[in-house]
Amino acid sequence: MITVNNVNKSFANLQVLHDISITFEAGKTNLIIGQSGSGKTVLLKSIIGLHDVDSGSIFYNDRDFTAMNLKGKKAIRKEMGMVFQGGALFDSMTVEENIIFPLNMFSNMSEKEKIERVNFCLNRVNIQNSNHLFPAEISGGMQKRVAIARAIALNPKYLFCDEPNSGLDPITAIVIDNLIQEITKEYNMTTIINTHDMNSVMEIGEKIIFISKGHKAWEGTKEEIFNTDNSDLNNFVFASELYKKIKKTS
Amino acid sequence: MNLFENVGKFSGFLVLVFSKPEKGKTLFSQILREIDKLGINSIGIVVIISLFMGAVITLQTAYNMLNPLLPDYLVGYTTRESMILEFSSTIVGLILAGKVGSNIASEIGSMRVTEQIDALEIMGINSANHLVLPKIIAAIFINPFLYVLSVFVGITGGLLSGYLTGTVNLTDYIDGVQFAFIPYYITYSLIKTAVFAFIITAVSSFYGYYVKGGALEVGKASTKAVVNSSILILLANVILTQILLK
Repeated sequence: MITVNNVNKSFANLQVLHDISITFEAGKTNLIIGQSGSGKTVLLKSIIGLHDVDSGSIFYNDRDFTAMNLKGKKAIRKEMGMVFQGGALFDSMTVEENIIFPLNMFSNMSEKEKIERVNFCLNRVNIQNSNHLFPAEISGGMQKRVAIARAIALNPKYLFCDEPNSGLDPITAIVIDNLIQEITKEYNMTTIINTHDMNSVMEIGEKIIFISKGHKAWEGTKEEIFNTDNSDLNNFVFASELYKKIKKTS
Repeated sequence: MNLFENVGKFSGFLVLVFSKPEKGKTLFSQILREIDKLGINSIGIVVIISLFMGAVITLQTAYNMLNPLLPDYLVGYTTRESMILEFSSTIVGLILAGKVGSNIASEIGSMRVTEQIDALEIMGINSANHLVLPKIIAAIFINPFLYVLSVFVGITGGLLSGYLTGTVNLTDYIDGVQFAFIPYYITYSLIKTAVFAFIITAVSSFYGYYVKGGALEVGKASTKAVVNSSILILLANVILTQILLK
């Protein structure tokens, strides 16, 4: 479980996050949604410690991440897996080397065990026979899947995904969404996904947090979205005619 | 103000770079990879430039020594001294600042803008240490070898050009190369080469590491890395010469 308490974050004179408090539960896919520029990436990067918050606290179970020194943060980061918007695979490494990298750094596995783990992770994300290809030689969807495989290589307790579907076709996007949800359940991870893709919300959203202009504007389940009277959320969710029709029929 | 800010930021960066590495075995394999990338891959350009510079120094010296009182062996002596004292350390350093420096800045800068550095941080890895320390160690190790190679190739270039154009007698040239040799000059230049290697790798990595934005900013960082490391090399050259040769 991750708990965010009264977090504020500014860049120069611009306050991006305003007094945000959220609890992300384990074993659930928690989605942060909001318009581009609403502050969801800053929130995610604050949660994982890539940005220091101005005030407030972030707890990983009962461990206060914001009050920790670098060593303590590093220890928690070893329990994190992250899927970046662009995959962030290491260009100079093959698919196999990308996944073996965290194992080399933080495990005492033998070479054979590492290769077995790599193949297990790749099988888990439905990739075969691509171990020796470089990221530039595989498709965007495959890159995302390899990024997921790398993120789960060390059995993380927390999985973070920043716009995992961006730039993917609808079919591949659903495959990625379902994969993240399955892995979340399988390993009982606390998963936080940043997205503005409403299909993802409807497919896998178990807990949804709507961020608007740096404020937490709404929190609930995907079923509750259809009955909300929050005007900002309504404008965001039902921006497309398709979702307006779905709302009418629901 | 900007200068002080950058000096402070650079000092903080070096503290991160020189922290204890995550795994010694990984560091060692990275150093070997960087030796290949930064050093072995630079042999070609060092050989070509040193060969032609040695040739030109010999020809220029020969054509400017028309006074019969000056002994012929001075051509070989001048070529050797030029190569040992200045060319093979400073000029090769400046050339490597262009080749290796821009490569390092753009590589690390691209990793920054494509979030690969963030990915390292999320894994709990000190990215500055992981990416930069192997480059600094590799360059400090391999550049002195490039220096020695450059000296030999430069002197050989001078010999070939003098012989092929008929401007220098081979025996005189070889006598000159052996004349009044001061071994300390090699030590002096090796120290300079190691310091320049540090400047090239650390400064270029610094500019790449703190890139913000996209491809345009990576290009700008690469240019800044080359310009500033070249200026620092020239400054360090003056300071080291004053300290080591006085």
